[in-house]
Amino acid sequence: MIEARSLSKRFHDKKRGQICAVENVSFTCQPGSIYGLLGANGAGKTTTLRMLATILEPTDGTALVFGHDIVEHPARVRSSVGFLSTATALYPRLTAQEMVEYFGRLNGLDEATLKKRIDDIFNRLDMNSFRDRRCDKLSTGMKQKTSIARTLVHDPPVMIFDEPTLGLDIMAARTIVAFIRECREAGKTVILSTHVMSEVEKLCDVIGVIHNGSLLAEGTPAQLREEHREKDLEEIFVRIVTAHVDPRVAAEVS
Amino acid sequence: MSARNIGIVYRKELLEALRDRRTLISTILVPILLFPILTVGVGYAVASLIEKAEREPARIMILGGSDSPAIVSSLIKSKNLIMVREPANYVDLISNKKIRAAVEIPPGLQSGAGTDYSPVKIYMYSGDLKSTTAAKRIADFFNDYRENLARERLTAQKLPATFLKPFDIKEQNVVSEEKVAGETIGGIIPYLVIIMCLTGAMYPAMDLTAGEKERATMETILSSPISRTHLVLGKFLLVLTASLVTAALSVTSMGVSSWIFQHFQEQSSGSVMHITIGRGAVLAVFLVALPLAVMFSAALLTIALFAKSYKEAQSYISPLMIVVIVPAIAAMLPGVELTPRLSLVPILNVSLLCKDLIAGTYHWNSIALIFLSTCVYAGAAIFIAVKMFHRESVLFRS
Repeated sequence: MIEARSLSKRFHDKKRGQICAVENVSFTCQPGSIYGLLGANGAGKTTTLRMLATILEPTDGTALVFGHDIVEHPARVRSSVGFLSTATALYPRLTAQEMVEYFGRLNGLDEATLKKRIDDIFNRLDMNSFRDRRCDKLSTGMKQKTSIARTLVHDPPVMIFDEPTLGLDIMAARTIVAFIRECREAGKTVILSTHVMSEVEKLCDVIGVIHNGSLLAEGTPAQLREEHREKDLEEIFVRIVTAHVDPRVAAEVS
Repeated sequence: MSARNIGIVYRKELLEALRDRRTLISTILVPILLFPILTVGVGYAVASLIEKAEREPARIMILGGSDSPAIVSSLIKSKNLIMVREPANYVDLISNKKIRAAVEIPPGLQSGAGTDYSPVKIYMYSGDLKSTTAAKRIADFFNDYRENLARERLTAQKLPATFLKPFDIKEQNVVSEEKVAGETIGGIIPYLVIIMCLTGAMYPAMDLTAGEKERATMETILSSPISRTHLVLGKFLLVLTASLVTAALSVTSMGVSSWIFQHFQEQSSGSVMHITIGRGAVLAVFLVALPLAVMFSAALLTIALFAKSYKEAQSYISPLMIVVIVPAIAAMLPGVELTPRLSLVPILNVSLLCKDLIAGTYHWNSIALIFLSTCVYAGAAIFIAVKMFHRESVLFRS
């Protein structure tokens, strides 16, 4: 389970001064379900997920990830989390197996458990044909599988995906989408950020709409459709966002 | 647990470094090949140029000398000198390298030499190897002529040869070969060790920080449970290893290539200047340079971490080279000696101390002071590197 409690993140920029990337965001993600954080570029999705993965520290507020406080016990949180984004690349000079082994060891697995776990994952993801190939020689699909194996090696109860299909071709994206579903079926807590509506429709059990760092609306797709008397999720998203922006911009959009 | 984590990071970084052609070239290949190429290659090139200049006959011009036909004719007959007669000005001819030198024979040199002291003048192009060689040949000729003349006069007066040279002067070295080496080339070894500690650490430091950002693996590693302190320490140890390997290989390679060079010289000419540097002294230099290598590795990691890409990292690190070279060279200047105040100047202090160590001089107070102060600087550099790895504004600079 993930419980975000009034998460806020402010940066200081030399030119723009204080920037509020995330402001007072609270939500809950349940095990066995997928929470979709929906927002435009720069809405605060990545910052929120990076805080949950303890890559960034919140300025205010906190979150509990699998019962661990992200501010108090960041290392414990990271042990419970599998984090995957387009910005989490592979080490080009390691082989697929060495890459996964490295992260297994960093997660404290002993060699016997690690070997068993890797054999299991490599069989399941059909990765044996390229396990000794260097990551810089892998195809995009093989890289995706290796990244997935890397997030799975310590069998984390919580999965965080930050725009996982961004820039991928259809086949590679499908692998990721199928993997996210598997995580839900395995009873893991899953949170993902995206701005692709089709992905939201296909995957998410609960949607949170984030804009300018604030969580504007939250609910299941059915709840949001009923509330806004509209079937099209994209239309709903635009309505929620424009209602909260500067009136001048809203006028321009309409 | 912490040592285990640091070890995991170190082993992985080592594996990647050994698979990286650029790292292998900068840490292993360059230090091994640099000195054979410098000493043997450049040494032979210079030697063959000098030899060629010495063998080649030089065109010279004689000014005056019409009343000294015997001198002129024996000068013409002397080896490797070709007389030319040109209407043009000898200064222009020398400047344009049409002739290598000109000699002006004063009037009455042959008949009335010794009655007045008007000199034989040699005109030359200073700094030009072929011109100085030609001038030396002319000077040798006139020296011989003068000595013969003096000897004949002494014989005529029935005076012994010692009449003009009643005693000899002889200089003799009384210190050990180590001390001579310390004063002459002693500055080079510390300079080499210091520069190589820096250059060896440079590439891996960039690869492990800015390189991670550029390849988008920084976020991957930060999402693993390892603490940032352990991560930076593992990376630091790899950079330090590269730094020390590079320095050790350079010194070994220099030792081997200068031994080979001396060996060949001995075979070809029979005589050679013996330079002895004790293995103990070189080891001591390494011990003193160790905290310096620690300081370089940590400082380079910190600076390179700030950059977003290799290119940016290079532009930050290149100026650092000058900051290090200047004090390292300053120690080689004659007359710069270790004082308590200089003992606190980083890099310069180690460089000066190493010069003493090579010469076999051990001032234990300065050794302790320099070692401790460098350790303090090194500790501070590691502290800053760890701090920087905890700063989001540095890790995610955009």
